[in-house]
Amino acid sequence: MAEFSLPKNSKITEGKTWPKPADATRITAFRIYRWSPDDEANPRVDTYYVDRGDCGPMVLDALIWIKNNIDPTLTFRRSCREGICGSCAMNIDGANTLACTRAIDDEKRDVVKIYPLPHQPVVKDLVPDLTNFYAQYASIQPWLQTVTPDPEKERKQSHDDRAKLDGHYECILCACCSTACPSYWWNSDRYLGPAALLQAHRWIIDSRDEATGERLDNLEDPFRLYRCHTILNCAKVCPKGLNPAKAIADIKKNLVDRQV
Amino acid sequence: MADTTTRMKPRPLSPHLQVWRMTLTMAMSIAHRITGAALYFGMLLVAWWLLAAAAGPNAYAIFESFIGSIIGKLILFGFTWALIHHALGGVRHFIWDMGRGFEPSEREMLALATLIGSIGLTVVLWVIGFMVIGGGSQ
Repeated sequence: MAEFSLPKNSKITEGKTWPKPADATRITAFRIYRWSPDDEANPRVDTYYVDRGDCGPMVLDALIWIKNNIDPTLTFRRSCREGICGSCAMNIDGANTLACTRAIDDEKRDVVKIYPLPHQPVVKDLVPDLTNFYAQYASIQPWLQTVTPDPEKERKQSHDDRAKLDGHYECILCACCSTACPSYWWNSDRYLGPAALLQAHRWIIDSRDEATGERLDNLEDPFRLYRCHTILNCAKVCPKGLNPAKAIADIKKNLVDRQV
Repeated sequence: MADTTTRMKPRPLSPHLQVWRMTLTMAMSIAHRITGAALYFGMLLVAWWLLAAAAGPNAYAIFESFIGSIIGKLILFGFTWALIHHALGGVRHFIWDMGRGFEPSEREMLALATLIGSIGLTVVLWVIGFMVIGGGSQ
């Protein structure tokens, strides 16, 4: 059942307000979710002030600036800083996105609010535990499956068939979409979520793959696929501009098509 | 391996509805649910109407005095809107089931069209109703 409120140990309290940087001409406030496994306290929201004259333009720049200059205990994932690794996915100003491709000034607001990806167990601060998310991705068996004997060289694909994979292969598995989905919030134990389903569709439509029937069988389930109610948060937040909602609708269509 | 005697404290759940910024398509999805649930209660009203009509003039008079009252009219107005909104939502889902209407501009337009369409049609229906039967007065 959907639990709309947070469990007792997850309720957010007001945290610390850190001092403003001296001699800064332009300052932006950041309200950031904090939780540490090392004490008994509930999660809290700390306020930091970032000297914009000394900091890069992106939200990730600000997080690194805070870690370097104010509070080294602030914990977050980051790697490529150019939107291809998916590590710095988080909830910024009420929507999931990548901190590295999100400009601080994208929003005309006085305060930038940062939380971990929604409805996930928190490891520390902005780091969610995505074990379930990765297990769901593994469950759709994201690799080429064939029964015919291997050809001499590669398995060939026409340009048109290759083009069908556009809008699928670009996914970086940042989990922005799945953790934006209310159906996933309430049913992530049984619903695969937009990211895994986008990739399921990627293999269903791959002309070289020969396990299409089994893949569709695996998805024909009231929860694994059909918990999608087309709320469209997934497509809205995808930092790569992909459309998981469309892919899910196409899988539903594939399931109908094979019955008629 | 880690010392098994130290138990990790349970991880908190990150906030979801508490921090999420509502979007139009999300609001319309919620509205579709709520109107769908409201229709069950609206159907009770329809059942009452039919039963009252079958039971005779006295029973029907009771129904009529209720539905003719301000509160009755408000409930009926809400029911009409819920019915039309949910029906248009159904059309929207039908379009999606055909794999269409997923582009950013299309999905926003569909959401807005459902809302404006349902409010507009409800008002039109009631204006016609008042013009034809004169607001429920005999």
